[in-house]
Amino acid sequence: MMEKHLPIPQKEARLVMAHMYVAFISLLVGGLMGLLQTFVRSGSFDLPFGIGYYQILTAHGVILALVLTTFFIIGFQFALMSKTVGLSDKQRLSAWIGFWTMLIGTLLTASTILTGKANVLYTFYAPLKAFPTFYIGLALVVVGSWIACFTNFRQLAVWKKSHKGEKSPLLAFMVVINMLLWFIATLGVAATVLIQFIPWSLGMVDTINVLVSRTLFWYFGHPLVYFWLLPAYMAWYAIIPKIIGGKIFSDALARLSFVLFLMFSIPVGFHHQLTEPGIDPLWKFIQVVLTFMVIIPSLLTAFSMFATFEMAGRSKGYTSLFGWIKALPWKDVRFFAPVVGMLAFIPAGTGGIINASHQMNQVIHNTIWVTGHFHLTVGTTVILTFFGISYWLIPSLTGRKLTKKINTLGIIQTIVWSAGMFIMSGSMHIAGLLGAPRRSAYSTYTGAEQVDTWIGYQLAQAIGGTILFIGIVLMVYIFFYMVFGAPKGKASFPIAEVSEDAEPTPQYLENWKLWIGITIALILFAYTIPFIDIIQHSPPGSEGFENLIR
Amino acid sequence: MHIHKYEKIWLIFGVGSLILFLVILAIGAFYKGVHPPSHMDTIDPKNVQENESFKEENLGLRQVGENEYIVNVLSSGFYYDLGKDEDGKAVNTIRIPVGAKVLFQTTSTDVVHGFHIAGTNVNMMVEPGHISTLETIMQKPGTYTLLCNEYCGSGHHYMAATVEVYEP
Ligand code: HEM
Ligand SMILES: [Cu+2]
Ligand SMILES: [Cu+2]
Repeated sequence: MMEKHLPIPQKEARLVMAHMYVAFISLLVGGLMGLLQTFVRSGSFDLPFGIGYYQILTAHGVILALVLTTFFIIGFQFALMSKTVGLSDKQRLSAWIGFWTMLIGTLLTASTILTGKANVLYTFYAPLKAFPTFYIGLALVVVGSWIACFTNFRQLAVWKKSHKGEKSPLLAFMVVINMLLWFIATLGVAATVLIQFIPWSLGMVDTINVLVSRTLFWYFGHPLVYFWLLPAYMAWYAIIPKIIGGKIFSDALARLSFVLFLMFSIPVGFHHQLTEPGIDPLWKFIQVVLTFMVIIPSLLTAFSMFATFEMAGRSKGYTSLFGWIKALPWKDVRFFAPVVGMLAFIPAGTGGIINASHQMNQVIHNTIWVTGHFHLTVGTTVILTFFGISYWLIPSLTGRKLTKKINTLGIIQTIVWSAGMFIMSGSMHIAGLLGAPRRSAYSTYTGAEQVDTWIGYQLAQAIGGTILFIGIVLMVYIFFYMVFGAPKGKASFPIAEVSEDAEPTPQYLENWKLWIGITIALILFAYTIPFIDIIQHSPPGSEGFENLIR
Repeated sequence: MHIHKYEKIWLIFGVGSLILFLVILAIGAFYKGVHPPSHMDTIDPKNVQENESFKEENLGLRQVGENEYIVNVLSSGFYYDLGKDEDGKAVNTIRIPVGAKVLFQTTSTDVVHGFHIAGTNVNMMVEPGHISTLETIMQKPGTYTLLCNEYCGSGHHYMAATVEVYEP
């Protein structure tokens, strides 16, 4: 059955574009911080005007990992929802309220970082204590995102009411899964920020329970990365097939993999706390096992992608074993950028398996290897897919065309990005294996020879970082050109159809109560006992240490 | 739900390797007893001297058996307290014979720190209120850097000491 797609009227386009402006400005500002970090770490550059290394590192983490991603994702998801299930006037209003709440929160947090009173990095581990507006701003970002969540839920519910008995459009289903994941996950960070950090930083209570705050943070921290990844998967599953002139391999399997991601990305936060005291290793192990369950939907996804590519190629008459690869539109940046991102996920995922492996984690924990790892996952796979999305989303919203010139520039951008990331992330991985720590300004430590072996890799990171920053400048130029410069016209909003050969989607895949129930049950299973244990064996709380971040 | 034949093969192979992988991790963890550092004892971060191991005179390297050592360390912004030498100067280098069994014990008097002897598996988080311990055998002689690998404030990248592993 064909899904009907709705046009995106001007008013809705403006909503999506508002999110995109914030995202791309964040990219430029955050990228500049990243560049400066690599310079400082090379040992031959000092920051001017008394700016601190950890101040720019806090800005880099917050702006890129929290602001850029959240705004892009929510904007993109509103576009998908408008297109598939529609957005009423009331819903549009609440979407705007969510946007402004997030923006005010972002500005509040950013201005606190600017004053140097929040050099606590984007993970804000207690008992380092930032000025209260840092936490209040972050809380507003989360609350704003919740407004977006409930707007999306409402959009699908209204559509369902008028389409009794029909299965929901695939993309709307995926958006709702991702927002459910986000909502359930952010309950943890909201709890620690609202109940622990804000009262403590305001001086209403004297002490904070450190391990509880960390556990709540990481309950959120891992699903956070899946919240970034799933929008990329939406594009891979349901949009790229259209761009390559193919069909969706299987609607049912796509939905199944999203459901599995919802269930298995939350009860796993301990894999970020493997080397911490105070958590029973048995529960660490249980969460490690649950962590690895996401390998199953990842395998499903990998299979679907290659099956889609091969089917599209063969339908164009390529019959030899690998001949279909030639049929793919390598010169179309809307395909090229996300596919390079997909390829980056092969080493990125492998690194992730190492990180989460109970014992092996100790080899790389908190070394710069980890930084190398997530510059591949979020900094390449996710970001390149987001860029790939932008090449059609922005022109289709602004009523312009993706010109040949911009297409070529986009391909160059993708290559520049991959080259820069290969150098930067590669040298981070190697230096990390040699023991070099992450989140550290330039230092020769006690002067041991061992440390010298890291410095060369830090220089390489600066070279890679410079190339990457060129990539960012290119991308920001492309963005503004697509908004203001490109010739007027009509760009398509590609949404693929399901292959005729695919089996019908079983009804139970839309049994929301079932999936939410299992998700909650798994969370309760993985966290209840160890969490009670942590609270019962709590040491005296910690006072804040503002003095250490000055 | 129908699943394509090739996809079935792919999933059986993938899930099979996953199970094998997890079994190997489990054997390591429960049969060999190799878990990541997860010590459960707590301590008052404002009164760490209360604990025998972190009394001033017990800090640093101590030999406790023929080839067995304990290293007690207080981690705080931005240094590792390894006790004092005979002249009353702060120790910044410890020397351990190769092949010796060493138990590292540390806790924080302020914020969260890291404790990593770079290039080895001696790598653990240090949190106020908790005691972190790790037992190991230093196998390779050399001069190692013990450093803080969890951000702890403006002097984080200066927080380090030296560990020498020597051939006796
Ligand atoms: C010009 C491009 C970029 C450069 C040169 C760059 C460079 C760096 C460097 C050198 C660090 C490590 C600093 C340290 O541990 O001391 C870092 C950390 C980080 N980067 Fe990037 N990066 C870039 C782009 C990105 C992008 C696109 C994202 C995410 C979307 C990102 C997210 C992060 C995060 C989350 C951290 C961790 C911050 C922390 O540990 O507190 N970066 N970046
Ligand atoms: Cu994780
Ligand atoms: Cu530190």
